[in-house]
Amino acid sequence: MDRQLQGEAITVARKTIRTIPQERTPIPTQQPSDRVQNFDEVAIGYNLEHALVESERCLMCPQPACVPACPVNINIPGFIQKIIDKDFRGAWEVIGDANLMPAVCGRVCPQEDQCEGVCPVGETLEPVAIGRLERWVGDKAIAEGWTNTPWIQPSGFKIGIVGSGPAGIACAADMAKAGCEVTVYEAFHKSGGVLRYGIPEFRLPETVIDAEIDNLARLGVKIECNTLVGRLFTIEQMIDEMGFDAVFVGTGAGTPRFMDIPGEYLNGVLSANELLTRCNLMQAGDFPNHDTPLGLGKKVAVIGSGNTAMDAMRVSLRLGAEKVYCVYRRTFEESPARNEEIEHAEEEGVEFHWLSAPVEILDDGDGNVRGMRCIKMELGEPDESGRRRPVPVEGSDFEFEADTIVYAIGTSANAIIGQTSKIALNRWGFIDTDDNMATSLAGVYAGGDIVTGGATVILAMGAGRTAARSMKEYLGIRDNDSIYADRRSDLENSLFGIPVEERNFVRIRATEENDTRGNPIQ
Amino acid sequence: MHEQTDNKPHSIRQPAEGYRSSGIEIVRREDFSDVTYLLEIDHPMMARAARPGQFVIVMSHEDGERIPLTIADFDRDKGTVTLVIQAVGKTTREMQRDCQEGTRLISVTGPMGEPSQISNAGKVVCIGGGLGVAPVFPQARAFKEAGAYVIGVVGFRNRELVFWEDKFREYCDEFIICSDDGSAGIKGLVTDGLELAIAKHPDIQEVVAIGPPVMMKACAEVTRPYSIKTMVSLNPVMVDGTGMCGGCRVKLTNGMKFACVDGPDFDGHLVDFDDLINRLHRFSEEEKEAVEKWTDSCKARL
Repeated sequence: MDRQLQGEAITVARKTIRTIPQERTPIPTQQPSDRVQNFDEVAIGYNLEHALVESERCLMCPQPACVPACPVNINIPGFIQKIIDKDFRGAWEVIGDANLMPAVCGRVCPQEDQCEGVCPVGETLEPVAIGRLERWVGDKAIAEGWTNTPWIQPSGFKIGIVGSGPAGIACAADMAKAGCEVTVYEAFHKSGGVLRYGIPEFRLPETVIDAEIDNLARLGVKIECNTLVGRLFTIEQMIDEMGFDAVFVGTGAGTPRFMDIPGEYLNGVLSANELLTRCNLMQAGDFPNHDTPLGLGKKVAVIGSGNTAMDAMRVSLRLGAEKVYCVYRRTFEESPARNEEIEHAEEEGVEFHWLSAPVEILDDGDGNVRGMRCIKMELGEPDESGRRRPVPVEGSDFEFEADTIVYAIGTSANAIIGQTSKIALNRWGFIDTDDNMATSLAGVYAGGDIVTGGATVILAMGAGRTAARSMKEYLGIRDNDSIYADRRSDLENSLFGIPVEERNFVRIRATEENDTRGNPIQ
Repeated sequence: MHEQTDNKPHSIRQPAEGYRSSGIEIVRREDFSDVTYLLEIDHPMMARAARPGQFVIVMSHEDGERIPLTIADFDRDKGTVTLVIQAVGKTTREMQRDCQEGTRLISVTGPMGEPSQISNAGKVVCIGGGLGVAPVFPQARAFKEAGAYVIGVVGFRNRELVFWEDKFREYCDEFIICSDDGSAGIKGLVTDGLELAIAKHPDIQEVVAIGPPVMMKACAEVTRPYSIKTMVSLNPVMVDGTGMCGGCRVKLTNGMKFACVDGPDFDGHLVDFDDLINRLHRFSEEEKEAVEKWTDSCKARL
């Protein structure tokens, strides 16, 4: 005991809040006036020096709060220590055990609510910039072309994943690491789901998505695009006929909501999903060199104030809109977007109409939008979400000119899986699962927005990993989700080296003549 | 073999075969006129899954747009799906020029949409106008196979444009061709053919009308006084075809529906066709620009 303490004292001088660099290392950013002219990234990212300085700010807590606060449980002090040791590839591998997409997550995670939100450094100073460090590691891996083609012992199981968005990718990665033969089906012609169609180039460049999805292929995952599961074949067919031992459904909450106010069908009214899909996936900004038209006007009003609304507004500015308004019925404080996103939008010239609710979209007499009529709101008592409920102020109607109205007021469940299978849905149309992400169908798991409703990339990834853990248990695969790091021996919690929770687990496999229920196969 | 009339996709035993993401091959092309052409594509898995009334989204090349096309026919034995296309915009003209036997389309996704409900109606009229002639065919066949008495009504401008007459005659108990100039069948519009059929058969239980929105609107107006159930197949502007963009939203008296996931078939008596027609003009300027630019580039090639 003594020797251990001494040893630690000798090798690691424990950092304290006084000894670490006091200032959080700022991230270089494009000037607002420049960036509205281009689709290049707004935040340019750390360089090596920035990363080394910022890494020193981590206190290396013995019981880090950041790890459980991360939806995919990245070993955060572990990868930061590797940066300090200048073992950058090691840092990438530590992250890689939990998350194949550090360059994506470093950019799009709301770290302030997760790892950085609980960082003890943040109690006195600004928290360690974990997200920026993660991004730096991810970008470094892409720039250096690091690849790992691990040798994974095949487990003989076949896994089908529906949707190649964040949830599907995370689940696919974990199942592939467990030796399964994994096929991911994607309805679009490109993989990535919301990362591809929903997040603009200036927040998440396409090359980053491509590079990190390539890591999946290195784990042996097959991605089949242009495959609409439910319609080309059903979830039930995947299990019963196509030989998948388990299926994960991560189809997302893609269906845009509208408000049911007059004028919604006019030309010039569209959903943020449509605008972003046209722009990101179909490159409509480059019409007519790309064939998909954009149909964006000069005066754009975006309804809503979430991250999607911010993206829609900032995309509009970059595609030549002269005026972009944000119409939101509450105030800045209640706004669901990240503060950073709102600040960026404001810097780029978005005008905010806080406490304004749309009442009617006005017709130019020719079937197109001419403007919008709103009513002023004031905040009343808190509602069930804890936010103060907006109440209309009578007689406060006002009109303004706009030729494009974009709805960014949230999405609901994608309907196709529900329409085509017997899977149980809840009353809002989302897939019903238990805490382990198991659905009402045996062997079928679900996670991400199709279970929770619209949330974040990283929460979907976390759900994908939880589902993968349950699938492994269902299939009887013993596995510790990590291939790069050494397996930690956990003798206390095991019997003859087998984790106690897996005792008496009987693996049942279909034979040639019988299916899993013992019925003869037709 | 088209015996399946339920809404469940056909049984599939070998998943890997039939599916491919590296392009879908065109195995047959047939030109019906100088604007209408047929492409038969090799996609066994889709041929097994397809039902009458469904559609696919096609991208012909990497920089292309995603265009929805109704499935005109499918052959489960051959493993092919047939599309009938009218060269009206830039993409469809370009496909007319470039798509030959052996050409590969970069992506064909589907089948999409809810299949048509092939009801147990005893007597139905299946109406196809212009390009709608092709997609109404699988419905006529499905009704026939479900035991209905099927009256086919198709409309063309003139004799030269008529196609698939023999296919329809094989499955229709009665078949009426309408042409604008009287060069084929009766002189008049499909609504005239529909009136004739209603006059002769007071017991018609269902009408299916597929074609340009004005035609579907007119058919719905003909049947409204008789309260005959009238199903129409709508073709609004679409991007993804999976319910994600909302571009295809249509106004029904019972609220907003998305044609790609709730349709494309709807009760014609509930549809606000004027709204649909207005929304189809949404990109008319861009469409014009694209066609002009493309025509110029074709001239430059000569």
